[in-house]
Amino acid sequence: MEWETVIGLEIHAQLNTKSKIFSSASTKFGQAPNSQACAVDLGLPGVLPVLNVEAVNKAIKFGLAVNAHINQRNIFDRKNYFYPDLPKGYQISQMDLPIVGEGEIEIKIGDETKVIGVTRAHLEEDAGKSVHDMFNEYTAIDLNRAGTPLLEIVSEPDMRSAKEAVAYAKKIHALVQYIGICDGNMQEGSFRCDANVSIRPMGQEELGTRAELKNINSFKFIERAINLEIERQQDILEEGGKIVQETRLYDAVKHETRSMRSKEEANDYRYFPDPDLLPVEITDELIESIKASLPELPVEKKARFIAELGLNEYDADVLTSQKSLADYFEIMLKDNEKNAKLCANWVMGELSASLNKYQLDIENSPISANNLSQLIARIGDDTISGKIAKDVFKAMWDGEGSADAIIESKGLKQVTDTGAIEAIIDEIIANNTPQVEQFKSGNEKILGFFVGQAMKASQGKANPKLINQLLREKLG
Amino acid sequence: MSLSEQEVTQIAYLARLSLSETELKDNTKDLNAILGLAEQLGAIETDGIEPMAHPLHMTQRLRADVVTEEDHSELFQSIAPKIGNKHYLVPTVIE
Repeated sequence: MEWETVIGLEIHAQLNTKSKIFSSASTKFGQAPNSQACAVDLGLPGVLPVLNVEAVNKAIKFGLAVNAHINQRNIFDRKNYFYPDLPKGYQISQMDLPIVGEGEIEIKIGDETKVIGVTRAHLEEDAGKSVHDMFNEYTAIDLNRAGTPLLEIVSEPDMRSAKEAVAYAKKIHALVQYIGICDGNMQEGSFRCDANVSIRPMGQEELGTRAELKNINSFKFIERAINLEIERQQDILEEGGKIVQETRLYDAVKHETRSMRSKEEANDYRYFPDPDLLPVEITDELIESIKASLPELPVEKKARFIAELGLNEYDADVLTSQKSLADYFEIMLKDNEKNAKLCANWVMGELSASLNKYQLDIENSPISANNLSQLIARIGDDTISGKIAKDVFKAMWDGEGSADAIIESKGLKQVTDTGAIEAIIDEIIANNTPQVEQFKSGNEKILGFFVGQAMKASQGKANPKLINQLLREKLG
Repeated sequence: MSLSEQEVTQIAYLARLSLSETELKDNTKDLNAILGLAEQLGAIETDGIEPMAHPLHMTQRLRADVVTEEDHSELFQSIAPKIGNKHYLVPTVIE
């Protein structure tokens, strides 16, 4: 039987506020255990939560960036469950009236564009962290993360393959960084993803029973975990079995998902409005002022790269896929306004290949945007050829200095002195009589041989345009 | 609306309450009496009335995003049943 996969994602993005959502404790990552868990975060008796204005602003920012309706009156609810890293016994979240309502975002799969619906996005507090391998008979609890603001972004079940799910997750990941509301660090858990996966016979309207996959902390794992789950569900259904609605934990090491039964029994959260928090009211003025402060969004940037820089759709798409990449490219443009395409080629070619090879992010590139920009400028003004530039790039990568310093110290300046090139060409013509004859009898292709010889004799430093011109003059 | 003993058992489980046979019966009776009292509200016409989220007709005041809390973990941990390596310790939870 042919099956259709249906996927919806729940993304938890930690908002990069300085203090927590309901307390004035710091949200800084990697501090001494429990040093940033105050009385409110610990849920001690008598404390009251007070909402952080920046958490609200950042949520609105996201809503505007996905063209969503902002619920100008929104309410906090208590989601009740027991777990040691949730000191109050409930999580403050939003159920019926989330701050961000329906929106949408476009993804690209190959050449096709698809719109994925965002059902809602709500504010909530993060839980603490449980450490299971520190002590034999105990689970250790660090509550520094408890109370960190989260924006939970829920998608419509609009995705039909693991690839689409990854494309959507990457789009949201890029977006939250563009608008500066989340650092996007997946290793540190600032951006986490749960996937609801079900399958149904192709053509069937009704949705199949879904399983919720948790604990997926990289884009690679999102794809793997979902494909694994699709296979598992197909096997069950094709053997005549039934899918149980459950939460499954993805284990990246064993590459398997397993049922989290404990979660099922407690899956009755008894939401009710939190009496400690009053309804939040958002004014038109606030929305307007946030709208005015929104930076250029990825779609807008892409359109500008195409319209103003003359980049093609593919290049513009790749260069705007991550904020860090777009930032790098734009720094290069400052001194290379006319060489935009050349900059794009170098960023997407030589630089990306080297970063991939050493598994580095662009933020950690050994070659800064300003340095690469200088190299491009030297190609642009004919100081060096594209070929020599690759050697300079390698030297820059190895930390030998700036483009100009390397060109200077290695004497790589392109020879544009006609006299010097002429001398080289004369010698080549004198030493290669048979080839000269071939050219004269009409073999145009042999010109390449002479160009090659001249480049070699000049150690790649002669200006190829000049060589061509002089060769034609002398041979013709 | 009324609750069965089975539903009350489930509610007790979710609240981590252990009820004896007698307590279960008493609680079921009491809870149903409370629900019965609230049931009277059903007689009121509520169409077109926005549900209330809070008894006070006020809106939430917001706090500036400033860190003012200091590290009082030693004080807080002095009342914890068990601590180790600056962590709160609880019986092993396995997932």
